[in-house]
Amino acid sequence: MRLSAENIEGRRGGETIFSGIGFTLGAGEALVVTGPNGAGKSTLLRVVGGLLPHAAGRLSLEGGGEEFPSVESACHYLGPDNAMKTALTVSENLGFWQSFFGRPQVSVMEALETVGLETIGHLPFGYLSTGQRRRVSIAKLLVSHRPVWLLDEPTSGLDKRSEAHFSELMRTHLEEGGIIVAATHLPLGLESVQELRMEGHQ
Amino acid sequence: MLALYIRDVRLGIRAGGGALVGVLFFLAVIATIPFGVGPDLNLLARIGPAILWIGALLASLLGLDRLFQAEREDGSLDLIVLNHDRHMLAATVFVKCLAHWTASVLPLVVAAPLFGLFMNMEPIGIGAAALTLLVGTPAITFIGAAGAAVAVALPRGGLLVSVLVLPLVIPVLIFGVSASYGAVNSPNPFLQPFLILCALSLFLAVIGPVAAALALRHGTD
Repeated sequence: MRLSAENIEGRRGGETIFSGIGFTLGAGEALVVTGPNGAGKSTLLRVVGGLLPHAAGRLSLEGGGEEFPSVESACHYLGPDNAMKTALTVSENLGFWQSFFGRPQVSVMEALETVGLETIGHLPFGYLSTGQRRRVSIAKLLVSHRPVWLLDEPTSGLDKRSEAHFSELMRTHLEEGGIIVAATHLPLGLESVQELRMEGHQ
Repeated sequence: MLALYIRDVRLGIRAGGGALVGVLFFLAVIATIPFGVGPDLNLLARIGPAILWIGALLASLLGLDRLFQAEREDGSLDLIVLNHDRHMLAATVFVKCLAHWTASVLPLVVAAPLFGLFMNMEPIGIGAAALTLLVGTPAITFIGAAGAAVAVALPRGGLLVSVLVLPLVIPVLIFGVSASYGAVNSPNPFLQPFLILCALSLFLAVIGPVAAALALRHGTD
């Protein structure tokens, strides 16, 4: 499986945020996108996920086969918001996303155990702390299988232990042949990653 | 898709009681009319179906603006759009509309016969009004979804959605009320306006979700 981007240009509100960005990621490779605020890191992730159109350039996924015909269909997107309903319990939230995403990988309970929250599955999501919410959101990546993870500041709100644990999860995902594109300021604890530094559009 | 339906119905019933607010608003509209027009029982019976329809129409517009806005605020909308290969966006919108209708509009239809008594309507008139509401209100939800999708990015889009949607639901109101009248006033037909009402619902069940999906696809900035 190969995710490649050539000469991508990102625009928001008619203004060019970045241009000429390109990368190629094979199975088991990760890309860390760094750069100052406003350089277009989040925009790049949203463009890759097809949530924003790219103004120029080419974006493609090879080797996805019938299961993943397009880039979007192969992506998990962990955005700045957690995409959980505060009125529903943690298990209900995860259960919903699992059946909506399809391709179940591990059960909701196992995913919660992986992020160390197996005891709070019955609580409404609104009762959780910021870090716990983020961990539930990370558990969402595990309940359904997607080869490409797009992570936008994945570790915001996490403590040191959870950060290390999340690095472990990402390593496992890469070992299984996954692809990760992460936008972050903090080191993710991954060895041998490609780095893309964005300086913003001049 | 069933999971989405169940989640939305649950949210509608659980969070803030959207269903109950709609019914209360409906009750408020119906209860104030007799004070406004005076205690003329014949007049109330005559305008009853129209008042029921207008009350239900306004009450069903109440929660519509939150249909996609809530999803957008917590980031769920991104994931829904991201998975459009697996679940066609128009189909997702259709299911969300059905869930919204079940949780917020169906209680209005159920309450309508009771409110019909307030308006001194005959039993057959009440039955006709409830039946026309049952088949006509889905049309309001479907076209409302398109309005909600257009206004999804606006922080105070609530009133805008109502203003956008109202002109489009006028035909539904006209045929709904004329079918209700047809059931009690003998020279007027019941079946013809009722069938047109059904047709409107079916027609908008296709157009509404497709239009809403188009608006959502281009509104994820």
